[in-house]
Amino acid sequence: MTALVIILVVSGVFFLAVSSIGIIRFPDFYSRAHAAGKTETLGMILILVGLAIYSGWSLNTLKLLFIVLFVMLANPSATHAFSRGALRAGLEPWTRGTPIKKQKETSEKTSVIEPEES
Amino acid sequence: MNSFLVGAGVFIAVLAAVCLYRVAVGPTVFDRMIAAGLVGSNGLILMVVIGFIYGRIEMFVDIAITYALLNFIVAIVLGKYFERTGEKPR
Repeated sequence: MTALVIILVVSGVFFLAVSSIGIIRFPDFYSRAHAAGKTETLGMILILVGLAIYSGWSLNTLKLLFIVLFVMLANPSATHAFSRGALRAGLEPWTRGTPIKKQKETSEKTSVIEPEES
Repeated sequence: MNSFLVGAGVFIAVLAAVCLYRVAVGPTVFDRMIAAGLVGSNGLILMVVIGFIYGRIEMFVDIAITYALLNFIVAIVLGKYFERTGEKPR
C-alpha cells in the first residue's frame, strides 16, 4: 500500500514539475495555458488520490476525493475562461517566426480580432 | 513515510516559487493570472501534504476545500473582467 502511495505521489510531483517548466519556457500565453491547464490537473489528481489512499478509510478520504472531482471540473474550466478572455481582449497567438519581443506590442492594443483568411 | 512527505512538500513549494517568476515578469496580464492560479493550486496540494505531516488532516482538508473553491471563483471572475477591459483597465 505504501509503495502504491509513493508511486502516485512521485508521478504527480513529476507532472507538476513539467507544468512549472512549461509555464516558464513556452513562448506565448496560449501555450502556457496549455501547460498549466492539463498537466497541473493530472498532477493534482495523482497526488490527491495517493494521499486519499494513504489516509485509510474515513471521512477525510471522501473529502479528498471530493476535492479531486472538483479540481477535475474546475481547473480546465478556469484555464478556458482565461484563454477565451485573452482571445476576446485581442491577444494574438504566437506563430513561427514572430519575435518574442513583439508580443508586448501586439498585446497592448485592445481591438476585436478579425478572422484570418487562409 | 513522513520524511518522504516532507521532501515532496519542499519540492512542491520550490515549484510554486518558480511560478512566481512568471507572475513577476510575465508580458501580459493573462500570463500573470494563469501563473498565480498555478501557485494557488500548488498551495492547495501543499496544504494537504502539511496536514498529513502534522497528523491533523481532518482540519486541513476543510481548508483545502475552501481554497479550491476560492481559487476557481477568482479565476472565473478575473477572466470575465479582463475579457471586457483588455490589457489596460478603462
